[in-house]
Amino acid sequence: MKTEMKTETIKEQIGKESIDPNQIGEGPLTEEQQIYKENILDHYRYPHHKGTLSNATLMHTEHNPLCGDVITMHLMIKNNQITDVKFDGHGCTISQASASMLTDKLQGMITVDVKKITRDEIMEMIGVPLGPVRSRCALLALRTVMKGLENLQ
Amino acid sequence: MMLKEEFPILKRNVHGRQLIYLDSSATMQKPQQVLDALQHFYTTSNANVHRVVHTLGEEATALYEQTRKKVADFIHADAEEIVFTKGTTDSINILARMLESCVQPGDEVMISAMEHHSNLIPWQQLCKRRNAKLIIVGMNKDYEIDAADLKAKLSAKTKIVSFVHVSHVLGTINPVQALIKTIRNKNKDTRIVVDGAQAIAHLDVDVRTLDCDFYVFSAHKMYGPTGVGVLYGKKTLLDKLEPASFGGGMITSVSFEKSTWLDSPHAFEPGTPNIADVVVFGSAIDFMQRKDVQKAREQEKELITFAYAELSKLPGVTILGPQDCSKRSGLIAFTVKEGHLLHPHDLATGLDRYGIAVRAGHHCAMPLHKKLGIDASTRMSFGVYNTKEDVKTALEALKKTIATLKK
Repeated sequence: MKTEMKTETIKEQIGKESIDPNQIGEGPLTEEQQIYKENILDHYRYPHHKGTLSNATLMHTEHNPLCGDVITMHLMIKNNQITDVKFDGHGCTISQASASMLTDKLQGMITVDVKKITRDEIMEMIGVPLGPVRSRCALLALRTVMKGLENLQ
Repeated sequence: MMLKEEFPILKRNVHGRQLIYLDSSATMQKPQQVLDALQHFYTTSNANVHRVVHTLGEEATALYEQTRKKVADFIHADAEEIVFTKGTTDSINILARMLESCVQPGDEVMISAMEHHSNLIPWQQLCKRRNAKLIIVGMNKDYEIDAADLKAKLSAKTKIVSFVHVSHVLGTINPVQALIKTIRNKNKDTRIVVDGAQAIAHLDVDVRTLDCDFYVFSAHKMYGPTGVGVLYGKKTLLDKLEPASFGGGMITSVSFEKSTWLDSPHAFEPGTPNIADVVVFGSAIDFMQRKDVQKAREQEKELITFAYAELSKLPGVTILGPQDCSKRSGLIAFTVKEGHLLHPHDLATGLDRYGIAVRAGHHCAMPLHKKLGIDASTRMSFGVYNTKEDVKTALEALKKTIATLKK
């Protein structure tokens, strides 16, 4: 067919290294690629440490303007150690599940170590591949904690 | 041959399934003839325009100006009234600068509650610069701009009114002609801007009949390339207004003391424009004017009516905007409640796993979503390549996604 021939010509001219549009995303989803894995859905449905701390040392809110996700982190800090943590907010599965997972991790941590948590660690914790757009949802909770700690100083 | 066949991108797979593209309100896919035109221009006629006298320069200039004529014919304007910009947002920003001197401290600029951020922030910032007031016109029960509220809020202080032709969230076709008449009757000197970004591909737009002063839209929402927009302005007004930006290609003479401008539209297009994409835009308009494409555009109404009916059958679904599909164009945005409100991004990501592209979020209309009492919504939007089969497949995938996400 004419159109396919044209595409072929363009592809030839761009070179062999170019992405074959027919090959992107080929094949069914593997277990690994499933985005709404039970792990994420569980944290979303039954979040850990959801709520507020009335006498928190640190309380900070961040938004993800992209999808209207909101996370408020409440931390109780004694001698530079997180003794209690709660999160509050609403938004998509990824943002809320990652906040829940992060609170598990934060419990008992020394604040200097919290500041060392990397983007990659969060992505590993989430455990599903996310593009640059949805990554912002996953990283919102960490950003909230980091900004909060910055303000505390 | 089905029109879908002419869009190479629609042949690709996403997560192992053939792509179903339902995000045309964000940007439309491009047919082969548009893709070919881009390559053809760069391989045959690429040169700068308006100041090059060699053969390529003459050809490029002719092709560039040909598109201007095609755009003018498409909206029933004259070629001198068509200014090329980077896109709708750019057009509105340029206008907000060009019209700045019309606004004095204490004056008012009016927009509607359903505007895209691009038809809100430029005016909000203009008001800030000029110490003027931004007035918001509400919606009526049919999710149209409320004519009564508009009339009530108009005054001698109203210097600019800017509103959307088709809402990119509600899908409402606003009664633009009647609204303009209302404004003119009250205050004939008020400058009227219409944001046609979501209207231009779906409705027949006649700027003379509408009697707006300015009409703005983007090429990429009409099967054309990104990076090209149109600012239509009445010749009499363009002749009086000062350019918003300056540089080469727009002057008659320059000295260190002063400069003088070319006539419109060239006075408003300083620097080397996006030549190739403007030329390609011409071929997108050719595409839209093909008889079979015209026919497909007419059938969009049927597709929306079908999608609306099928979608509203799903439990928990609330569709935003007018129920009467004859008052809708191009898109359907909705929310899903299953115990709690399912997040639109979760729905969109879920649908994406089935190869279906929809938009989710606040769609650059935060104040509107706030007014509707929600944070975000999911939007299906259509182009001439979409079929009832696309809608059916999408709704099957939506059901499965809802089942997964439900608590």
